[in-house]
Amino acid sequence: MRIAILASRVRVEEKLLVEAAQQRGIAFEIIDDGELLLDLARPDERWRQFDAVLCRSVSQSRGQAVLAVLEHWGIPVFNTARVTNTCNDKLLTTLALLQANVPTPRTLLAFEQQTAIQGIETLGYPAVLKPVTGSWGRLLARVNDRDAAEAILEHQETLGGYQHQIHYIQEYVAKPQRDIRAFVVGGRTICAIYRASAHWVTNTARGAVTSNCPVTPELDELCLNAARAVGGGILAIDVFEDEQQGFLVNEINATMEFRNSIAPTGVNIPQEILEFLVSHARAEVTL
Amino acid sequence: MANTAANCPECDATVDVQGLLVGEILYCSDCSAELEVRSIEPAEVALAPQIEEDWGE
Repeated sequence: MRIAILASRVRVEEKLLVEAAQQRGIAFEIIDDGELLLDLARPDERWRQFDAVLCRSVSQSRGQAVLAVLEHWGIPVFNTARVTNTCNDKLLTTLALLQANVPTPRTLLAFEQQTAIQGIETLGYPAVLKPVTGSWGRLLARVNDRDAAEAILEHQETLGGYQHQIHYIQEYVAKPQRDIRAFVVGGRTICAIYRASAHWVTNTARGAVTSNCPVTPELDELCLNAARAVGGGILAIDVFEDEQQGFLVNEINATMEFRNSIAPTGVNIPQEILEFLVSHARAEVTL
Repeated sequence: MANTAANCPECDATVDVQGLLVGEILYCSDCSAELEVRSIEPAEVALAPQIEEDWGE
């Protein structure tokens, strides 16, 4: 068994995966996505030695591109290009959740400032504006009134790239100062954490504090349905608790960070990921 | 014994890459520059890339 870990930089998560691979006796190689030169019609034999390629690229665009090429060459990749592409795009994620009848916050899409304001006021203030791509809670805006809406939209249209002209407008969910991140690996919800913060953005990258969240049958079913909706694999499901609507799936991450989730849950997440890879790598290879 | 000392590209201080992996981040103890390990043998570091808009999980 030999795996490749595709990475842009080696963070705590990648080091934990390396440790887990060493403990499991799995040979591995870390491949820097920045050094790749892929001759599309001529598959590089280097990749044939791997039974599985785990995408951990912090650059989502690079990761998606490499996954697409490797899949084209018949190399087993995790997560798949389609799953990764869906999860990296909030619009595609929302559509996948809606298609599968998974509860998610109401979302509107607009392309021009006036229609975006119309969309925000359809939901009512406060509403949330998000870029369709992006992570770690960056560039999220809670829009509290029309003045703020006009200012943010003008900034997006003036300073942002073309993707910031796609206005993803989400209902504001009054969370109980926390959200839930659940980890689904294969067909199991292996653990979940609460991410608590006094700030309305509850990403750990923004300083949220983590604690164990019991995986109830209701949460488990929701997360498995959400994972299936985007194609399944190794996923982190972000869930809001709404007083009226119950659980709402907000986003799904295909290259999740997990350094802050191991201690509170007691679950060895990197080991779970590797066991999944072992059981889903090339069928002809046995350990 | 391999030489695991490299020079910080910002301030030329000596930084040690022993026990690190290629792609790992370290900080120069002299100037606090964020550095990325580019090679272990020979030891080589570069200024770490800034966070890009498409970075994330």
